[in-house]
Amino acid sequence: MKDELDKRLDNQPDGPERRGSLKDIPVREELLPRWVKGPEGQEYVVEPLQDYFCQAGPTVQTPAYTRIIEDLFNWARAESLWILGFGTGCGAIEMRPLMTPRFDAYRYGIQWRPTPRQANLFVISGYLSVKTLKRAIRSYEQMQNPKYVVGLGSCTINGGMYWDSYNTIKRLDDYLPVDLYITGCMPRPEALLQGFDDLKKLIRAGKAEGANHYAEHFDWYKANQKRVIKDWDMPDYSW
Amino acid sequence: MMQSLYDRLKDRFNLGEFTGRRADLAFVTVSREQLRPLLLHLRDLEGFTHLVLLTAVDWIEDDTFQLTYLLNDRARARDIGVRLMLPRDDTQMDSIHDLWPTAATYQRELREMFGIDFPDSPRVNEDFILEGWVDIPPYRREFDTLRFARETYPERPGRETHDPATYMKQQLYPDGEDNG
Ligand code: SF4
Repeated sequence: MKDELDKRLDNQPDGPERRGSLKDIPVREELLPRWVKGPEGQEYVVEPLQDYFCQAGPTVQTPAYTRIIEDLFNWARAESLWILGFGTGCGAIEMRPLMTPRFDAYRYGIQWRPTPRQANLFVISGYLSVKTLKRAIRSYEQMQNPKYVVGLGSCTINGGMYWDSYNTIKRLDDYLPVDLYITGCMPRPEALLQGFDDLKKLIRAGKAEGANHYAEHFDWYKANQKRVIKDWDMPDYSW
Repeated sequence: MMQSLYDRLKDRFNLGEFTGRRADLAFVTVSREQLRPLLLHLRDLEGFTHLVLLTAVDWIEDDTFQLTYLLNDRARARDIGVRLMLPRDDTQMDSIHDLWPTAATYQRELREMFGIDFPDSPRVNEDFILEGWVDIPPYRREFDTLRFARETYPERPGRETHDPATYMKQQLYPDGEDNG
């Protein structure tokens, strides 16, 4: 986290001076280890980040034993895309016309769900500030396999018009495994429908393997995430 | 309307520069000692009951921060902006959260974005919008936003910028002719 920043600063002429002005971020109090008294008076240490969360990482989901079965699964997956109702950036506004009668995405078997546990498609609908990225990561990790990520708009692709912002990331695929990008600023609902159609094709062809990519390159993703989220106060994998 | 208000105020307070922008909008500069009495006077006696916003401008060339307290008088539909100049090297300011509770939120923002401190303001030291910010406050003009963005957030190669006018002209009239 902070060490990463230190390393980059070391390579610059005014690095040491700037490093002196960097703040330390204290760990939130409720996350610090503490002594707890049990019912019979015995005392023990609780380390919230270790003890309250499972430490296992994500696992790769292997395909079914024969091609035919896997194709059947993929067909089923493609036909039920359930989107997590998580809006970020400008694009969250495009979801309303999509889910209401004018564009009516429900006729394609696409619907919105209120919690990550019930959803399998995460549409990152625009720029992500570091603060939102943190929530997006936690939400993504809580979604169940098989799951897909769609990046919506230029901001998720190369920063869009927020390319010089102090607080937004520029490449979504450094932090979350993106299966499909939809270009535009902002893409119209028709573009989204087209995107969902393309995603279905990818899924049926067995090419939407983002979740497995995330599991295989978990350390790489974590390192990228921690490089920008400097107050990492959550478990490494939120399952 | 604003001129007569100014004439009334200047007998009681030691006011600085006065700028009338419109018939219903004016700005006035005031010293730090006079800020609170002036705000109280405007609120209780002149009808400026609503704090519209409290914001800062970084005049780095003059080594000052300008704080602007914008007040609104609903009944007479007029606004007054009270300006206060703060030296950039002594960025402590008196809180006015007891005059308008909403000021606490603005003061929290100013502390985070400009590093202007308002001791005693409720929750002023908590994170407001940024989380885990380690560098100098980002709205200070010595903060190099572009450089920070380049160093912190990796880019995707291949991004190009065009001047919209020339680019569209090339697209629409590739041989340089407007035959339409
Ligand atoms: S791509 Fe455009 S519309 Fe989408 S979040 Fe970025 S600025 Fe907003």
